[in-house]
Amino acid sequence: MATFSVPGIKVSGLAACVPRKEVSNYDYRWVTAKEREQLVKTIGVEKRRHVEKGTTTSDMCQKAAQSLLEGLQWNTTEIELLIFVSQTRDYLIPQTSNILQHKLGLPTTAIALDISLGCSGYVYGLAVASAMMNSFGLSKALLLVGDISSLNSAYRDKSTYPLFGDAGTATALERLEDAPLMHFSLEGDGSGYKAIMIPDGGMRHIVSKKSFEYKKIAPGIYRTPLHIALDGIEVFNFSLREVVPNIKKLLAFSGQDLATVDYIIFHQANRLINETLRKMLKIPKEKIPYSLYKFGNTSSASIPLTIVSELRNQVQQNDLLLLLSAFGIGLSWATATVEFHKVFCPELIEL
Amino acid sequence: MALNIDDFIKKIEDEFDELEPGKLKPESAFRQMFDWNSINALVLIAMVKTEYNVTINADDLTKSKTVKDIFKIIESRYHE
Repeated sequence: MATFSVPGIKVSGLAACVPRKEVSNYDYRWVTAKEREQLVKTIGVEKRRHVEKGTTTSDMCQKAAQSLLEGLQWNTTEIELLIFVSQTRDYLIPQTSNILQHKLGLPTTAIALDISLGCSGYVYGLAVASAMMNSFGLSKALLLVGDISSLNSAYRDKSTYPLFGDAGTATALERLEDAPLMHFSLEGDGSGYKAIMIPDGGMRHIVSKKSFEYKKIAPGIYRTPLHIALDGIEVFNFSLREVVPNIKKLLAFSGQDLATVDYIIFHQANRLINETLRKMLKIPKEKIPYSLYKFGNTSSASIPLTIVSELRNQVQQNDLLLLLSAFGIGLSWATATVEFHKVFCPELIEL
Repeated sequence: MALNIDDFIKKIEDEFDELEPGKLKPESAFRQMFDWNSINALVLIAMVKTEYNVTINADDLTKSKTVKDIFKIIESRYHE
């Protein structure tokens, strides 16, 4: 049963890194000024950050990790596990986690692995990392999570280009005997695999000359099979169908009350979906922070980025109970309740 | 909660601020009432979900012509 609790692991630090370059949807000239207004209003993204070509997710995750190691005064030799969660890795092969292991100076005795997940990535990553630590008796781990979706979006695709932003994050996890339990509920449904996909470039449709040909999908939507294809209606229906029941399932399992949760951090899908979910749960706005307006949908990084950009002071100074709800590509979705007690959280880093 | 179409119309007016209050009637062909596009369809579907906990989809909207048509679908799926 994919609903379980992990004892004895705490979040010690959280850092996020975004590119310096800011792009505004009010400057998106592919659509009319009126459409831009509607986009910003409904999708809820006003600005986002775009990497320059050559900067990768792992670069941003590395910077975030280094700031944590420095701030927590952790010796790299102490790190026993590194998990890199991303769908925008450095190379098709080899996996990026080993490259990061090397660049960060982790010992060769550290376990390093990639997990390919997007929107649900942070919660799955937290579950896997904490469970491995608990199971194998590991003391310190780094969970590096992020994506640079901007490079996979076609400019002339008004359903994707204005939505995505780039970010890389790092979470430091540590063994602590009496740490509060982390609770998780993980689910997935591959029947919806086409809802968000890049059709070509993998093994199913090996890249060819045709992969680079732009096709008109709909008015205002032109892309190649090497760009992200997003079925907005499918994703919308899925989110409204699965997210709230999953949250309720987790809380029934953990015995926790939604009212005692300090903040709910949703994956930053878009404003329409997220606000509908908020209303379905009847949660007041103050309990649901957004990073969507300033940073866009940052895929796997969206939950940790939202905590750093919106709750930095609160996680550093207080003992908080956070509910994390992630959902999207796969289709894959997950909920977790995690206590953040005076977590080291440096200011947002820019690269 | 008893469902009533005037209340539904009021909720639509609340959601779409370009609609002049009082203009939308049960017989109104909703696609002609304002700038209808796929984003507006999603906004309407979202409103029906949060206000009535009823799921309508793009197909339901394609088959509907008037506000009353949509309201009838909501009524048929509404549970207390």
